[in-house]
Amino acid sequence: MGKLENLDFKKNSLRNINNFLQNIDFKKNLREFVIRNPSGNHAICAGLKEDISVNIKGHVGYYCGGMNQNANITIEGNAGTGLGENMMSGLIHVKGNVSQSAGATAHGGTIIVDGNASSRCGISMKGVDIIIKGSVGHMSAFMAQSGTLLICGDAGEALGDSIYETVIYIAGTPKSLGADCVEKKITKKDLIKIDELLNIGKIKKIKSSKFKKYGSARKLYNFKIDNVSEY
Amino acid sequence: MKNKRQKNSTKPRQSWTFDEYTNSEIRRAAETGIYDIRGGGSKRKLPHFDDLLFLGASMSRYPLEGYREKCSTDVILGTRYAKKPIELKIPITIAGMSFGALSGPAKEALGRGASIAGTSTTTGDGGMTKEERGQSKTLVYQLLPSRYGMNPDDLRKADAIEVVIGQGAKPGGGGMLLGQKISDRVAEMRTLPKGVDQRSACRHPDWTGPDDLAIKITELREITQWKVPIFVKIAGARPYYDTALAVKAGADVVVLDGMQGGTAATQEVFIENVGQPTLACIRPAVDALQDLNVHREVQLIISGGIRNGADVSKALALGADAVSIGSAAMIAIGDNDPKWEKEYNRIGSTAGAYDDWHEGNDPAGISTQDPKLMKRLDPKKAGKKLSNYLKVMTLEAQTIARACGKNDLHNLEPEDLCALTVEAAAMARVPLAGTNWIPGSDQKNNLT
Repeated sequence: MGKLENLDFKKNSLRNINNFLQNIDFKKNLREFVIRNPSGNHAICAGLKEDISVNIKGHVGYYCGGMNQNANITIEGNAGTGLGENMMSGLIHVKGNVSQSAGATAHGGTIIVDGNASSRCGISMKGVDIIIKGSVGHMSAFMAQSGTLLICGDAGEALGDSIYETVIYIAGTPKSLGADCVEKKITKKDLIKIDELLNIGKIKKIKSSKFKKYGSARKLYNFKIDNVSEY
Repeated sequence: MKNKRQKNSTKPRQSWTFDEYTNSEIRRAAETGIYDIRGGGSKRKLPHFDDLLFLGASMSRYPLEGYREKCSTDVILGTRYAKKPIELKIPITIAGMSFGALSGPAKEALGRGASIAGTSTTTGDGGMTKEERGQSKTLVYQLLPSRYGMNPDDLRKADAIEVVIGQGAKPGGGGMLLGQKISDRVAEMRTLPKGVDQRSACRHPDWTGPDDLAIKITELREITQWKVPIFVKIAGARPYYDTALAVKAGADVVVLDGMQGGTAATQEVFIENVGQPTLACIRPAVDALQDLNVHREVQLIISGGIRNGADVSKALALGADAVSIGSAAMIAIGDNDPKWEKEYNRIGSTAGAYDDWHEGNDPAGISTQDPKLMKRLDPKKAGKKLSNYLKVMTLEAQTIARACGKNDLHNLEPEDLCALTVEAAAMARVPLAGTNWIPGSDQKNNLT
């Protein structure tokens, strides 16, 4: 258990902490770890590969959990830009707010944010599920390709601009929609998916029936000169 | 006009301003209502390496014996921070070209050729293919704004990572792979439906500016445990400042691509009117490295219009550590080969001028995803051609270096050169031939 105490930024460097978590010695049968005094350091828990749980006691900087595979990361604080960027699998749960580009280009796994997310949340997302209990900033789900963005609050301007196949569920109101993003009819399948995400996020205050669905009108999928004013 | 008695008449005179090509573009635009999109780099006549000459050895410089005395060509990239820098036998690398823009066999051929020659090849927008990783001894993995196909497993398999900020053909531009080239495999690798145009953003999704880039590079190093070099690729826009900022952000290697550097598909107006010629970019970039005291510690790779050993040696003489080739490598494996002339004619082009790579109908089977056309390229034979070509370029560069008395290509220096034109003299900062005049050398602040 001695190693656990070393995951403290007052005692150890980013490289040493990440190196330890990236090369877990499974013979020691440790699966749960705590990081203390993160103090806004960048790239904490970037490139984790294994099915482990890491609890970060405080605020983190840019790219926390970047390219995560399998790990379950909880941040008991706020997170900076690019939380879980290009994540492949696993879970990241932020108990505070997150800055720009949360879940950017993430291919899989789940991101849960208890607070609000800033602009470009889910930009170019490629399969991740993102659950935001608060609101999201402008240009969220920009060029989003696949996966689901569930927003319990409101969204800023140009939600889903140039969106591809990502589905957005929102309980509040988007300030405006981006190019090629339209409201779509909620189906039974959608309600099942919303319930599933609400369950994962342990959200009980809002019912799935409260959500609206947005996605791509697919009018800009192939370049046409007549659409040039849309770009 | 002439009357019956008149012997002399005014010969029809074509306008320099409204030349045949310009007029055809006006007519095409009027008919279609859309700008022209094409592949490749700038086709206009630009000041280039042809405008420089080596002086050679004479009384004051001793040459080296051509076939006996050694002239080293190897180069190590990534010595600044990486635990495992890349060691190349020749200072000529293969530039990033995507699977999607190019066929699988074409990418494989590039990997095979580069590996035989002892150099590296580079992925592109669209991820890393098995063929490419398998056949490339040294593979550079590009991190582009779209992050198509980007995943940490491939990142850890890479021998270096190249963060792409820009391309010489289109500084400040994104990209578009048109739907007709999106096969099942390309679509799957890019997480998009088949047949949909795949837009590549011009800015990265999770960082803006050099301060953020420094943090991004830290993240990439953390994920790869500080093992592999991080390249930063910039377009020839503001080479002094862009190079300085890349160094400040923590790059191990700066890749600088001038406007002759190719692209898979971009607007013609962009390719021909944005960015600086390769020749104009090198000295300001070297200035930045020298001002920061990192010349040779942070390596500089120059690309954009490198065609032969003379170009290689000239780029190195101006301060580059290596060069990179894209268009030339494609030609070496069969692009624009006159043997397909009839087919080029059928699609409205001619061998040597074919650049509608985005349409996916390449008769040579290189810039296509059509299974029938792809089969025309034998990756083994094409790879061998590329390695032959790289070998010739290296021998040519060595020939020149020995003639200048240098036992290493990297010992070539601006002092070995003169320029044929005032423009080239000013850009390369070497004297105009027959004079000791370097235009602009009296200006204290020559930054670009």
